[in-house]
Amino acid sequence: MSTNAFPTRRDFLKGSAAATGALVIGFTLPLTSRFAQAAAAATSGAGFAPNAFLRIAANGQVTVICGLSEMGQGVHMGIASLVAEELDADWKSVQLEQAPVDKAYNNPIFGMQATGGSTAIRGHYEPMRKAGAAAREMLVTAAATQWGVDADRCHTQDGRVMGPDGRSAGYGELVAAASKLPVPQNPTLKDPKDFRILGKGLTRIDTPAKVNGSAGFGIDVKVPGLLTAVMVHAPVPGAKIVSVDDAAAKAIPGVKQVVQIPQGVAVLAEGYWTALKGRDALVVKWDDGPLGSLSSESISKLLADATTRPGAVARNEGDASVAVAKTVEAVYEAPYLAHACMEPMNCTAWVRAGEAEVWAPTQGPGPQQGIVAQLTGLPPEKVQVHTTYLGGGFGRRFAADFIIAATLISKAAGVPVKLVYTREDDMRAWFYRPAAVARFTAGLDAAGNPVSFTARIASPALSIAAGFAKELPQGIDEFAIEGIGDMLYAFPNLRVEYAQAEPGIPLWFWRSVGHSQNVYFIEAFIDEVAAAAGKDPVEFRRSLLSKQPRLRGVLDLAAQKAGWGSPLPQGVHRGVAITTCFGSFVAQVAEVSLDANGRPRVHRIVAAVDCGRTVNPDVIHRQVEGAIAYGLSAAMYEKITFRNGRVEQSNFDDYPMLRIDEMPKVEVHIVPSTEAPGGIGEPGLPPATPAVINAVFAATGKQVRTLPV
Amino acid sequence: MISLSLNGKTVQLSATPDTPLLWALRDELGYTGTKFGCGIAACGACTVHVDGKPTRACVTTIESVADKQVTTIEAMDSNRIGQALQAAWIRNDVPQCGYCQSGQIMSAAALLARNPRPNDADIDAAMRRNLCRCGTYNRIRAAIKDAAATLSA
Repeated sequence: MSTNAFPTRRDFLKGSAAATGALVIGFTLPLTSRFAQAAAAATSGAGFAPNAFLRIAANGQVTVICGLSEMGQGVHMGIASLVAEELDADWKSVQLEQAPVDKAYNNPIFGMQATGGSTAIRGHYEPMRKAGAAAREMLVTAAATQWGVDADRCHTQDGRVMGPDGRSAGYGELVAAASKLPVPQNPTLKDPKDFRILGKGLTRIDTPAKVNGSAGFGIDVKVPGLLTAVMVHAPVPGAKIVSVDDAAAKAIPGVKQVVQIPQGVAVLAEGYWTALKGRDALVVKWDDGPLGSLSSESISKLLADATTRPGAVARNEGDASVAVAKTVEAVYEAPYLAHACMEPMNCTAWVRAGEAEVWAPTQGPGPQQGIVAQLTGLPPEKVQVHTTYLGGGFGRRFAADFIIAATLISKAAGVPVKLVYTREDDMRAWFYRPAAVARFTAGLDAAGNPVSFTARIASPALSIAAGFAKELPQGIDEFAIEGIGDMLYAFPNLRVEYAQAEPGIPLWFWRSVGHSQNVYFIEAFIDEVAAAAGKDPVEFRRSLLSKQPRLRGVLDLAAQKAGWGSPLPQGVHRGVAITTCFGSFVAQVAEVSLDANGRPRVHRIVAAVDCGRTVNPDVIHRQVEGAIAYGLSAAMYEKITFRNGRVEQSNFDDYPMLRIDEMPKVEVHIVPSTEAPGGIGEPGLPPATPAVINAVFAATGKQVRTLPV
Repeated sequence: MISLSLNGKTVQLSATPDTPLLWALRDELGYTGTKFGCGIAACGACTVHVDGKPTRACVTTIESVADKQVTTIEAMDSNRIGQALQAAWIRNDVPQCGYCQSGQIMSAAALLARNPRPNDADIDAAMRRNLCRCGTYNRIRAAIKDAAATLSA
């Protein structure tokens, strides 16, 4: 096995093109072998790779190369569809390959190779179509030249160029000639009315491998000589190791090494079970540090107190202190949340002399390459990051903790190491959705019309915790206020403040980020204001959205499809909530009853979505269904709490999640649109919780101001 | 050495007797279709069949399944119910991230083996211990009914 094959991207693409057919992504092979294969085959010259995003083999096989991470959101399908549409590929001949790290695959919205923020389709809608269109133009030119006809008189269909006289040629037959042509920089894109793939509901290309156990996740990576590592992690953020007694661990047959790194102590063995037994036999003493007395009660008090003092002003319109006839006040709170991806965090790292390789279920292969380079002292081009399938992401897998630890362990141990978090490690590894408290005041005139609105939101600053900012511009953390600071309700007098409060728990992006708590806060509060005004919740919202046609459009559609105002079975109540985020607009109506203990039972959720032009409506349906499930799970059950600086939850028995028997029926209605595509991985989540909460409010007259229910 | 029948073939395991079947399958035998989710039988990602019964491999020692018939997701394409479920899973485009789906299909296969036409309550009872964080539950329900319909057609 060669471990020195680090070809440039150009070599990689040329070589890969030649080797198509023999190149199957193999999770049992280190990809160095694959790179070596590709490089070795580069000289044969067959195949066509006009850009970094596709290649066509002499047998007509189309391979789309995707730099984005597939974590269930259907991005492989989306990217392949965009390229195949403009290429006029035969869909059955399209396969997808995960890209290596290269600037060519940078997410245009982030400027780095990373997946998140519901950016995949928004950022790649045009670039991927252009990649396919450029190749199509070259294939047409190649055919027209061969036939001695005008390119204008040829057209393409299902992977063939059709000539004016009935002649045709498959793309595979044209690759040699097309490879010699210049790549057009501004190829003509199709008129959307001619789309054959986009906007239709083709079956996802990653599905077959996900029903027979063959899909390769990070935890499935195999490398010759691999040891599995299980760690003792710090019990409290910032805790330092005082002493390690590894005698009992080392006495366990099969335990190979014990490695100490700043993050903890790892036991290395052949296989997880032995490594776990070794880990459990370690005796590690910690100095808890300053957070050793932190508790959920102290955090709640810190956040609530912060809302009683003036904060940084994020938005100020009119005079929010104007005299009003009636005032509505409320304080809401949302807890820390774990992502709880089904695949526990893991990473395989192999730090060698002069080079390193990492195999990881990661949302950020680009930034992680830089991090591994820093940790190893290697130049980034000597670090290969192989992105596997992700067993859930939800933002969590943008973080680097598991990659950093695996890299340091491999560097210290001198062997390839697969670090696997136990479920308990994963649950207690922090990087949570931040807790937050929001204090609201709304003013109504004598007729019940909304006059003023103030919000003061206290929360730790995610932009600093995640390293996006060193200090807050004008004192504002954009993630802490999103969904409220930028809300579209037209209160004539409006003020939004942010009060930074830092309990010290490491934070991270959680599906829909600040919207996940703020849309609950604002939408639940709006129902309280509507009730105080004596108005119907849908009508009250409509009255505040007269200049927001897309948001009002989804509100109207959801209300209509749900039969808002029509009679319901005895004991069933409706709630509504709306949001705009990640470039899309979503409204949801929930139908809810209460059981004997007063707990909500959600029967149905009707969602209306305006996400601009659609790439795959089936994927949109599933993303909205999944986002609703993720949101409801949090609303009903989820809460991370602290005692003596330690996380109290540990596994799915004490961090319960939504199960199949609690999943409501979900209807998704997509607004036909010619607007630019919006995101869809996240926007379905924020309204689910307040739609359900507002149905509970309708049932009981008492609003739920703290989650979980 | 512990001997058992895996997907119809006899295999020998050198792991210690207390090793969970999950880790023997994954680490010693290379059968990685069975997934680790929780280690405490709380999520169902590791579901396999032992003598036809759905079993959580993460809390089942290899000692306890010596000489028994173990079936994993890798063998689901070689029996009628497994084939029907896999086809229905593809038709209904069930998986998102896919990580829990091996366990979901194994639980569904055990359900259909003893109840060819399950209703919603049957599906809830059989599937409620299989977590899916992507929220594919409604698709799972539809695919089980779809598979049941094709099997009885």
